[in-house]
Amino acid sequence: MNFSVIICGVGGQGVVLASRLLAITAMNSGFHVNTAETLGMSQREGSVVSHLQFGDDIKSSLIPEGSADLIIGLEVSEVARNLHFLKKNGKIITNSKMILPSARSSNEKYDSEKIINFIKEKVKSTICIDFSEIAKVAGNPKSMNVSVLGAAFYAEFLPLKYDNFLKTIESEIPEKYRNINLNAAKLSAETIFNMQEGHDEQ
Amino acid sequence: MNNKHFLMGNEAIAYGAIAAGLQFATGYPGTPSTEVMETLIKNAKKYNFYAEWSTNEKVALETAIGASFSGASSIVTMKQVGLNVASDPLMSLTYLGVKGPLVLLVTDDPGPHSSQTEQDTRSFGLFSNIPVLDPSNSQEAYEMTKYAFEISKKYETPVFLRTTTRVSHRCDDVVLDDLKPSNEDIEGFSKSSRWVIFPKLAAERHPILEKLQETLSKEFSNSKFNFKTGTGKIGIITSGASYHYVNEAISNNKDLFSVLKIGTPYPFPEKKVIEFINDIESIIVVEELDSYLEDQLLQLFGKYGISKAVYGKKNNIFPYCGEYGIDIAKVGINKVLDILKIQRIEIPEKLISKNEIIPLPVRPPNLCAGCMHRTVFYAFKEVSKELKKQNIQTIFSGDIGCYTLGNAPPLELIDTCLCMGAGISIAGGISRTNKNSKNVAFIGDSTFFHSGIPAVINAVYNKADVTIAVLDNRTTAMTGHQPHPGTGKTALGEATKLIDIEGILKSCGIEFVKTVSADDFLTCKEISRAAIDYNGPSAVVFRGTCVSLVKSTKKCTINKNKCTGCKICVERLGCPAITLNGDIPEIMENCTGCGLCMAVCPVDAIKEVDEQ
Repeated sequence: MNFSVIICGVGGQGVVLASRLLAITAMNSGFHVNTAETLGMSQREGSVVSHLQFGDDIKSSLIPEGSADLIIGLEVSEVARNLHFLKKNGKIITNSKMILPSARSSNEKYDSEKIINFIKEKVKSTICIDFSEIAKVAGNPKSMNVSVLGAAFYAEFLPLKYDNFLKTIESEIPEKYRNINLNAAKLSAETIFNMQEGHDEQ
Repeated sequence: MNNKHFLMGNEAIAYGAIAAGLQFATGYPGTPSTEVMETLIKNAKKYNFYAEWSTNEKVALETAIGASFSGASSIVTMKQVGLNVASDPLMSLTYLGVKGPLVLLVTDDPGPHSSQTEQDTRSFGLFSNIPVLDPSNSQEAYEMTKYAFEISKKYETPVFLRTTTRVSHRCDDVVLDDLKPSNEDIEGFSKSSRWVIFPKLAAERHPILEKLQETLSKEFSNSKFNFKTGTGKIGIITSGASYHYVNEAISNNKDLFSVLKIGTPYPFPEKKVIEFINDIESIIVVEELDSYLEDQLLQLFGKYGISKAVYGKKNNIFPYCGEYGIDIAKVGINKVLDILKIQRIEIPEKLISKNEIIPLPVRPPNLCAGCMHRTVFYAFKEVSKELKKQNIQTIFSGDIGCYTLGNAPPLELIDTCLCMGAGISIAGGISRTNKNSKNVAFIGDSTFFHSGIPAVINAVYNKADVTIAVLDNRTTAMTGHQPHPGTGKTALGEATKLIDIEGILKSCGIEFVKTVSADDFLTCKEISRAAIDYNGPSAVVFRGTCVSLVKSTKKCTINKNKCTGCKICVERLGCPAITLNGDIPEIMENCTGCGLCMAVCPVDAIKEVDEQ
C-alpha cells in the first residue's frame, strides 16, 4: 500500500506543521513516510505545498502529476492550483476560506464561489467547509490546520485511524496549545459526523 | 535514541555527524543547508562539541581546517554558492590533506528554489580532487555522513557530503544509533612543514593527491552505497533524488531495466560501473544539474574502447536545467524506448492538466507586512524621483538577503544583484562609468560582515562616489534568524562582543556615516537624500528589528470617511497587510503598525490604533 497526499495553503497557515502531524501519525502506524516541502521564499505569504507519501516503500519526495490520492487544503485557491496532482478518483478536503494576495494584484477580482464550484465540478468527493470558523470556535483561529486534518481523518479520507491522530496531537503539540488543537480536531469531527448523518449540507 | 525518528535530511546529517564522534562544527547559513548547523547547535551541549556560525564560508572552512589540523573531528556546512566563497582555502587544502576528519556538507539547489545558480558540487569534487558522497533520502544521508567521516579519517582527505534540496528538505522515518558524546580527546596541533603550503610542498603533494584518486575509485567500487537492482537489458545509471524518480517511473516495467545507483560520484567507481554495463545493451543516465555521471561514463567508454549507446543530457533526452521529477524521468525514458522500438512506459491519464486550471491569485514573494526594508526602499524611491527631475539617474545595487525582494513590484528598486557582498563593489564600478548618476548600494547586516567590509574599504581607498545603505534588522532574517557579529550573541547563545557597524564604516575612512531608525519614514528620506548628495563615499545605517522576531502591539486603520480611494497605499507600497476589496482599501490583521501607509497617505486618512 502507498498513499499520496498534497497539503497546500498560504505561508503562515501551518502547512508544514499539518504535514508533520500527518507524517508522524503514519509513521507511528507502522508505515514508511516521506514529505517534501517548499521552503524559503514561501514564508512570505506565498503558496506553500507539502508532498507527503506513506506506505510500504521509500518513495521519491515529489508526487508526480495526476497521482495524489488526496488533497488537504488550508486555502481554497491553493487547492485549485494543485489540482493537477490529484488522480482521477482522488478526494479533496479543504477550508472554504480564500486569502487574497497582497496589494499588487488587488485590481484582479477573485471569487471564492467560482473557485469552489470549479473544484467540485472536477472532483466529486470534495468536502469544503469553513474550518477557520471551526478553529475560532475551538479557541484559536491558528488551529485551522489541525481542524482540517481532524476532519480528513474522521471522514476516513486517509487510511489511518482518527484516534491515532489525536494521539499525535497529544505527543507533538506543546502543552500550552494542546487542548485548543484537540478541541479543533474534535469539533470538526463533529461537523463531519453531522454532515454524514445528513444534518448539514456538504 | 535507538528507534525511528521523523527527520529532515539535514537533521539526519547532523545526527550522523554526532554518531561519527563530531567535535567541531562551523558554517554559514544558506538554503537548503541551514538546518544541519541549527540541529548541531541545539545538540552541542548535550553531545559535547563546539559549534559556531562563522562570518562567511571561507572563514568557516578555514576555522574547521584549524580544528582538523589539531586532530578534531569536524564538519563545515554551506550551500553551493557558499562553496565558491570557500573555494580558495579548499583548493589548497586538498593538497595538504587533513588530520582530524573534515566533512564539508554542501547543498545544491536544482530548480533553483532559492539560489543564484544551479551549480553541481559533484563537478566541484572532480575539480578539486575531493571525494563526493551523494545520498538520496534521510536514512542514507545519516549513513553516508558516518561514512564520510570514516573515509576522511582513513585517507586524510576532506570529503564532500553533497545533497540537493529534495534530499536536504525531505523528511523521512530514520533509524538512528544510540548517540553518545564524543569521548575521544583532541590530539592537539603539532608543528610540521606539512601544514605550510609552499610551492615545493605542493609539488611533492600533487602526485600523492592524484594517486589517492585511484585508490578511492577502487574503494568506492566496493562500497555498499553503489548498488545494482533489477536484471533488464536497459541499464539506468542514476544518483541522489533522481534514483527515486527513476524507481517510480519504471515501477510497472521493471523487467526491462537494471538500475545502478551511484552514491559515490567522485572518484568515479570505475570497476563497479564496468561490471554493471557488461550485461547491458543500452544505457540511460538520469541525473539533475551537470551531465556529471554521463561525462564520467563516456570517458570510461573511450578509455576502454567500449561501444554502447548512452542516452542522457548530451543527446537531449533529458534537460540540463531545472529540477527533475518522476514525470521528467518517464518522458526521458520513453524517448529512449521509442528509439529502441520498445513499448513505452504508461503515463496515467490525468484528472486535469495544469493549463486547464482557472485563473487564481498570483502570490509573488513579497517583503513582510511592517518590514523595515519597505520604508527604506520607499524613501530612496521618493528621493530618486526628485533627482530624476534634475536629470540625475539613481542606480540601486542590491545584495543577497530578504532585501533582494526590493526588486519585486511595486517597489522595483533593485537594479543589480549578483552574489553576497557584490552590491557595494558593483555600485563602485557603475559610479565610474555613468555620467549624471547617483549610486546606492543596499547591504544587510549579516552580508555586511560576510563580505561587505572589503568592498567598503575598496570604495574609500579608490575614492568611489557611492552611498552605502546598511539595512540592519539585527539578524540573518532570510535564512531563519541566525545570530551574527552585530547581534552580540554566539550561535550557542552566549553573550559576546557586539561588532559595531558604524564603527567599522568610520574606521574604513567613510566620513559621512549616519544612523537612522527605519520606522521614521521622513527622517529616512531626508538622510537618504543627504547621503546621496554627499560628494564621496557615504553610509547610512538604517536600524530596525525584523518583524518576525517581535510581536507588535500597534495596528493601523483607515478612516473610510476621509479616504478618497486614491489607492497610493495599495499600489505604491505593496504591503501584504493592505488589500482592496471595494473602492476603499482595508488594513488587515497582519498589520504591525509600522506607519509607512500613514506617512504616504495624502489625506491623512490612516491612523494608528493600539491592539485590543
